[in-house]
Amino acid sequence: MAGPFTSGAGAPVAGGPVAGGGHSSAGVVLTGPVQGGGRSGLGRFLTRLAGGRRLVVAVPYGWLLLFFLVPFLIVLKIALSSSQVGIPPFTPMFETSLDEGKTIVNLVWYNFTYLLSDNLYIIAYLNSLWIAAIATVLCLLLGYPMAYAIAKADPRWRAPLLMLVILPFWTSFLIRVYAWIGILRNEGVLNNLLMWTGLIDQPLHLLYTPGATYVGIVYNYLPFMILPLYATLEKMDNTLLEAAADLGCPPWKAFLRITLPLSVPGMLAGSLLVFIPATGEFVIPELLGGPDTLMIGRVLWAEFFNNRDWPVASAVAVALLLFLVVPIMLFQNVQGKQQGKA
Amino acid sequence: MPKSWFLRFGLLVGLLFLYIPILLLIVMSFNEGRLGVWTGFSLHWYAQLFQNDQLLGAAWLSVQVAFVSASGAVVLGTMAGMLLARFGAFRGRALFSGMVSAPLVMPEVIMGLAMLLLFVSLEQLTGWPEGRGMMTIILAHITFTMSFVTVVVQSRLVSLDASLEEAAMDLGARPAKVFFVITLPIIAPAIVSGWLLAFTLSLDDLVITSFVSGPGSSTLPQVVFSSVRLGVSPQINALATIVVSIVALGILGAGFYNARQEKLRRRDEQLAQQQGG
Repeated sequence: MAGPFTSGAGAPVAGGPVAGGGHSSAGVVLTGPVQGGGRSGLGRFLTRLAGGRRLVVAVPYGWLLLFFLVPFLIVLKIALSSSQVGIPPFTPMFETSLDEGKTIVNLVWYNFTYLLSDNLYIIAYLNSLWIAAIATVLCLLLGYPMAYAIAKADPRWRAPLLMLVILPFWTSFLIRVYAWIGILRNEGVLNNLLMWTGLIDQPLHLLYTPGATYVGIVYNYLPFMILPLYATLEKMDNTLLEAAADLGCPPWKAFLRITLPLSVPGMLAGSLLVFIPATGEFVIPELLGGPDTLMIGRVLWAEFFNNRDWPVASAVAVALLLFLVVPIMLFQNVQGKQQGKA
Repeated sequence: MPKSWFLRFGLLVGLLFLYIPILLLIVMSFNEGRLGVWTGFSLHWYAQLFQNDQLLGAAWLSVQVAFVSASGAVVLGTMAGMLLARFGAFRGRALFSGMVSAPLVMPEVIMGLAMLLLFVSLEQLTGWPEGRGMMTIILAHITFTMSFVTVVVQSRLVSLDASLEEAAMDLGARPAKVFFVITLPIIAPAIVSGWLLAFTLSLDDLVITSFVSGPGSSTLPQVVFSSVRLGVSPQINALATIVVSIVALGILGAGFYNARQEKLRRRDEQLAQQQGG
């Protein structure tokens, strides 16, 4: 670029011809090098822009393709191969036999039919959905009043209260799960307290139960429920409630008919943020649940690390993706589009 | 809207639920005995912790991994955030935004398995990466944490209108200059919180790390997990107390810093108004 403009931000250009040219050409940054090609010097400038632009597109795009998309294709590929003893413990997809010079494609379906034939996998899958659903409802019941209370609090108090909700999230996940082991185990704090008050004289078996798993999931995922709920409730128009009150509507009815329906998007967002990761959860059922707390994440882990059956582990992953993650992402997509229209 | 006792009660119960386990964890780290009864004050679990070479080594590895991963994730995540917030339509945008948001909801076991199979296949094809260790852990951590950075940076960019950047472009600043002189300072808070978020997530990750780490490269969560699996170990309480203290101090510090900045900004605004009027 020529002239005084090279010195950039400090140049005294207010009211100058370029600034007067105005924001119509601002689209240059955003929509590509086609617009606003009238001015001299701009051409060169746009070429550079296109180069930088390509780099900014290519680097993160390439990274995600290589390290996120390609791995899933490999998972699919290995789910369709058979396991063998060796390193790596699965058969190659393409095999060239020396005597015939032909390439054989090895694809097998039996890892998937195996998942269907053994009840373990279906039970684990349904059980994961069930545990995650109950934990999500519990998060909603506990989180809704909290989010509502923060949204209704004095504005000065909102940020500190939110910080209090988020703060445990910054400490380690494992430490938060571990905290409950110390509370729930037979010699733990809760049993000692109950025995000291005389309510029980034998320690209750609390740890390594499904109940402990629920507590663990609710405890760890509660902030994910509260934050979207708070965001929705805080934006809500208070005049609606005032109008309802003026017209003689009791507060509980106003809540049911106004607040609750208006907060549905927040409830949905929060529920998804809890439900999906909870379904695939491994650490919480492993540390707090008993051996019978069967969840699909644990099954995948065991297939991979204990049985070293990589193809079956991959098939479990593919099934989980198809029946959990893909439907939910499609649902979110459709919902997003609907909101966009509205 | 009258203040409802029910809401206050709900908030109180929720906060107690969130904090009592952590407080108990801290109290028990100073307990002399192993069991869930108070037997006397003692610091010997801390002394044991600082002699536990395996745990300290793992902690050091974790901090290194988290530092490199968070830095990498911030660079990639900021680029991705710019791409989504400022570049409008480009070819493959839908796929890109899908790839950015998928790690946010993807079960960790699937991510971990997929990353490991990628590294194994890459090694078969190209001989790189040789075996698994710190390198593969870092690559995996950058990949799953960059999504979080992208979301933070993108939402900051969307909430700011682009007029400053547009003005600078109109005045002839080059895109790179616009980015470093205008955009970067504006989104700096988002980048800092994105880095901290990525650092914490990386430091904390167990599942993905377990898949992609090799023998001899165990991170802190892996060591903690294998010790916790065997039952309660008060050394872990001591470790937890140290982690919680660092986090609390950091967040309080950031809170005070922000409040102070806000105060200064308000004072400047007032001064400007007085001078203007």
